[in-house]
Amino acid sequence: MIGVIAFYLFAAILVLSALMVVSARNPVYSVLFLILAFFNAAGLFVLLGAEFVAMILVIVYVGAVAVLFLFVVMMLDIDFKNLRTEAMKYVPLGLILGGILLAELVMVYKAWPQTPMDSLSTIAETLPQANNAKALGAVLYTDYIFPFQISGLILLVAMIGAIVLTLRARPGTLRQKIAAQVDRNPADVLSIQAVSSGEGVHHD
Amino acid sequence: MIEITLFHYLVLAAILFTIGIFGIFINRKNVIVILMSIELMLLAVNINFVAFSSFLQDLAGQVFTMFILTVAAAEAAIGLAILVTFFRNKGSIAVEDISTLKG
Repeated sequence: MIGVIAFYLFAAILVLSALMVVSARNPVYSVLFLILAFFNAAGLFVLLGAEFVAMILVIVYVGAVAVLFLFVVMMLDIDFKNLRTEAMKYVPLGLILGGILLAELVMVYKAWPQTPMDSLSTIAETLPQANNAKALGAVLYTDYIFPFQISGLILLVAMIGAIVLTLRARPGTLRQKIAAQVDRNPADVLSIQAVSSGEGVHHD
Repeated sequence: MIEITLFHYLVLAAILFTIGIFGIFINRKNVIVILMSIELMLLAVNINFVAFSSFLQDLAGQVFTMFILTVAAAEAAIGLAILVTFFRNKGSIAVEDISTLKG
């Protein structure tokens, strides 16, 4: 019973915060509601018995992606008021297309062959392994090792791409030239002089 | 006694996906919110994957959820990097202004 209540609670907050993400006036609020949505999705994943993916969702999405969004929203000096002036114009079109898509999806699920739906009403209790992370690792590092490596490569390419895209050489700024510093020879810049008392150092 | 079935999760994911589509339509000018809507749609796909994985007792769905997470993170990083670069050059993130390739 508590599982049913938890599902509806998580689902309701998830849908409401998703609606707030797309309709909030200020994108900062959008990002914060996105974080709330991700936390509730993680809660749903825990209900489904996928604890590891739930924690990964919190770490990756809330810890990295949402903070990245927050940084960009706050860094860029954008007049957000202007961006929403014509938002209401597209609401009917969005509602029509969204409604059509939702109706189609629900019809597809309703027309699903009944066998999987009926026989699969139990979850979590009958999961064979208690340790979700261990079972996932046993599959991920054996059967799916090649896609796993490819996903690492995708992250590498994304990282290099993001660095290359945002790196810029600003003219007129002082930058540390480490090679020039290391290359400096003491004999060229230092000299020992005998300074007699009462006179200054003669410098040429 | 009501019970949560696979159908509940699939409908929830469908609603979330639809909200993502709707968000793309009503935020036609703001690329940041469009990217967030795409994240919502990917989250809906992830919910589908995990629900099927859980109800079919097959871990492959959760493995693919992690791959989708990877691609979503890469997409957000690259998308926001392009956005920052574009804003630096044009001083705007409105979708209408992104028409240089039209010639």
